[in-house]
Amino acid sequence: MDFEYFAQLFLGGLTRGSIYALIALGYTMVYGIIELINFAHGEIYMIGAFTGLIIASVFTMLGFPTLAVVVLAGMAAIVYSCAYGFTMEKIAYKPLRNAPRLSALISAIGMSLFLQNYVLLAQTSDFLPFPSLIPDFEFWEPYAHILTSPELVIIITTVVVMILLTFLIKFTQIGKAMRATSQDKMMAALLGINVDRVISVTFIVGSATAAIGGILIASHIGQINFYMGFIAGIKAFVAAVLGGIGSIPGAVLGALVLGWTESFFTGYISSDYEDVFAFLFLVVILIFRPSGILGRAETKKV
Amino acid sequence: MTAKDEIKKSFLASIWFMFLTFPLMVIKVNTVTDTVEWRWHNMVLVGIGAFFLSMLWRYLLKRQADGSKKEKKEGPGIIQRLLQKKELTLPGIIIIGCFTLLFPHIFSMYQTNIMISALIYVMLGLGLNIVIGLAGLLDLGYVAFFAVGAYSYALLNLHYGVVFWIALPLGGLLAALFGIILGYPVLRLRGDYLAIVTLGFGEIIRLVLENWNEFSFGPSGIANIPKPGLPGTDLSLQGSTIFIFYIIVALVIFTIFVINRLENSRIGRAWIALKDDEIACQSMGINKAKTKLRAFALGATWAGMGGVVFAAKTTFINPASFTIWESVIILCTVVLGGMGSIAGVISGALLLILLPEYLRDFGQFRMITFGAVLVLMMVFRPGGMIENVRKTYKFEKN
Amino acid sequence: MKPILEVKNMTMDFGGLRAIDSLDLYINKGEIVALIGPNGAGKTTFFNCITGIYTPTSGDVLINPQGKQERINGLKTNIVTRKGLARTFQNIRLFTSMTVLENVMVGCHAVTHTGVMGAIFRGKSTLAEEKFIVEKSYEILKKIGLEKYVDELAVNLPYGAQRLLEIARAMATDPFLLLLDEPAAGMNPQETAELDELILKIRDNEGISILLIEHDMKLVMSLSERIYVVDYGKKIGEGVPEEIRNNPVVIKAYLGEEIDA
Repeated sequence: MDFEYFAQLFLGGLTRGSIYALIALGYTMVYGIIELINFAHGEIYMIGAFTGLIIASVFTMLGFPTLAVVVLAGMAAIVYSCAYGFTMEKIAYKPLRNAPRLSALISAIGMSLFLQNYVLLAQTSDFLPFPSLIPDFEFWEPYAHILTSPELVIIITTVVVMILLTFLIKFTQIGKAMRATSQDKMMAALLGINVDRVISVTFIVGSATAAIGGILIASHIGQINFYMGFIAGIKAFVAAVLGGIGSIPGAVLGALVLGWTESFFTGYISSDYEDVFAFLFLVVILIFRPSGILGRAETKKV
Repeated sequence: MTAKDEIKKSFLASIWFMFLTFPLMVIKVNTVTDTVEWRWHNMVLVGIGAFFLSMLWRYLLKRQADGSKKEKKEGPGIIQRLLQKKELTLPGIIIIGCFTLLFPHIFSMYQTNIMISALIYVMLGLGLNIVIGLAGLLDLGYVAFFAVGAYSYALLNLHYGVVFWIALPLGGLLAALFGIILGYPVLRLRGDYLAIVTLGFGEIIRLVLENWNEFSFGPSGIANIPKPGLPGTDLSLQGSTIFIFYIIVALVIFTIFVINRLENSRIGRAWIALKDDEIACQSMGINKAKTKLRAFALGATWAGMGGVVFAAKTTFINPASFTIWESVIILCTVVLGGMGSIAGVISGALLLILLPEYLRDFGQFRMITFGAVLVLMMVFRPGGMIENVRKTYKFEKN
Repeated sequence: MKPILEVKNMTMDFGGLRAIDSLDLYINKGEIVALIGPNGAGKTTFFNCITGIYTPTSGDVLINPQGKQERINGLKTNIVTRKGLARTFQNIRLFTSMTVLENVMVGCHAVTHTGVMGAIFRGKSTLAEEKFIVEKSYEILKKIGLEKYVDELAVNLPYGAQRLLEIARAMATDPFLLLLDEPAAGMNPQETAELDELILKIRDNEGISILLIEHDMKLVMSLSERIYVVDYGKKIGEGVPEEIRNNPVVIKAYLGEEIDA
């Protein structure tokens, strides 16, 4: 077996997995707290990428230096994704908090459809070229044939986001409130936790990680369109479920497993059926381990 | 709450939405010429729109909150009461029947074609309604069974010259078989996991059709699928369209008949029991797996037959007709009309398919409106247009 | 004759937690037996193990309705029901979108056969079976005293009536043994007294044996022929009501909860 090819596939899978992880975190956090599959989460990621592109183009034309453009575009993408995530929750999910889960899920599907077509109408249905925001680092030159600089940045960013998120949830006040709310909303509210605020914060944090993922992938692939959120969202959801939805380390693990399997599958077998394989993988995992890799099996309450 | 507060709130909402939509609605970058187009008029529109819509939104939410306290006692709405009136049933059926019979002779071919599409959706909606409305299983890959039906006719005809009339039951049967094959592995899954796995199955089938060129001719699809014929006659294009119209009308009636019978039977009760409470349902000796598979299979059958009619009507099919969004549209028809209610599903499907067709200019706003409708329906009228007041068994002492 | 239900050495573990610890129990034909114990003692878990909602970690559940003993642990809930064990639920689990009659009609599922084709064509046998289901359901409602609610939606019933409806629904499955999980919970004294009579009637007229979990000691003492007491998943006492009342271990377990009767 050709080792270098294997290493390429391995690192390619790691990059893919990192992106999936950034999106999957949002799914898993929202599910952990309100048990809703936020179908429109992929759209937030898409909006992040679009906002990033627009702001970056504007500032590039105004003659700002590259570094400033990258920072401003990144900030704008995160801010806007958070704003959309927050607004979406208020409109489509909050009024349905006590409704049957099916209703909330349908509302989420509607939101997804709405946002996709909103971007389609407000911008374009074509693919837009996305500038490569991450330069090739000189010091990385010797290894670039296996792992490019942007890929390196993607992996590192994911690790950093993961660490920050773990810190947020484990050690901060709002993190504690989140964990309490996810276990028992009613009890958390009785103990004086503002549940509405916790849910809003969850959506905002999830949207922010999705936006980071959105910019990174867009700059890596080099083009975006209004539909990009859908498949990425589904894949990320597969990752979250694989790992055990509601579990944050699970989401990352699931994303990496998915990234690697996809990468090796396309590298060694066939690239035509890549997505088929991802879905089959999900089905097989759910049949043999319905609560995912790290998810706890739930006992039926009777 | 004073008017001043209301205006302040709406004003804030207006500012917020102007901010929110600023980069996407106002700025448009042309990446080829490197120019930026500033569309400030959009911001004004959003600002004004958000101001009034947020007022309406809060008013509706408030009305709903007040309403939910007393509505319980109000009983069924006007439409349900009309539907329940026995003396209106017969004249209603006669009027609708005459209108349907004469439809292709009154209206143009174009209208008839649109009506055929709409009626195919009625059939799909009714089938999906078994799975979602009765058995409570959220299936997001329903379009796969539609594809199975369409492709069975196209391929069987291409390779073996199978005619429409044999393909019709075969397509239904094959779709039912697929329903069981796809349903079996997901039996243990809970609601939202089920939704996502069925979505995955739907995509798998579409992707296989797209990539397996030797089998399905890939993205280019299959053309020249024959329209159904009457033995001994040679139908003109117009004649065959009218013929398909009558076939689909007959099929819809057949679907309604069968679903109605199933719903009011031991099988239907088991479905509803399963939806209401899975554990209690099993404790009544009901086999959960069998009941779910029955729902999947019997729901898929109609999609399969609808698919055969669809292939015969368009004479050309390719995988692009069977995307996930098709599943979502079918879901929309069920939700909009009223889950579990046959009359609701029919009106939902007709409305959703006919309205955008007749509002041609409206075409580009079709999908965005669907999205908004799904959200608004769930928030303000989760039961759908015609809320399902299930016809319960009335005991008659003899 | 062997007991109609015999549980031998049953243990149920949830992860590291032992919810039921080598429990033995038997019920003879025609007996009314109670299972009592403080909250969280494992009583409902015991029901879940017998009815196939959980599979016990070890031990045997044996039934003997017609002179032949049969092991049923590990069987699915619906199979267990078909074998003649029916139950009610502590936290009422009625079919909320159905009427009272329809709830009981669902209970008839296990003893009827109409399939898809039968339902579509609605032939003679289907119509006859439908008639049988309706009549049988109404008969049961009359026995339980719920016939006045027949067309009412199950959720609109008063609490006590909902508990009775659970019993009616369970009876429709033609059980030889009825497992009642806190049937008197939430009932007022008068309703409880009526329930007492009703349970006796079910045993005497229908020949259905009864195993009940109950906290209402007055009801337990007056109804049961034998009582099992469990605490922390272990059996800490068994015997006729008189013995239980004077058992020091039982009294200790219940310290703080009064036993009056």
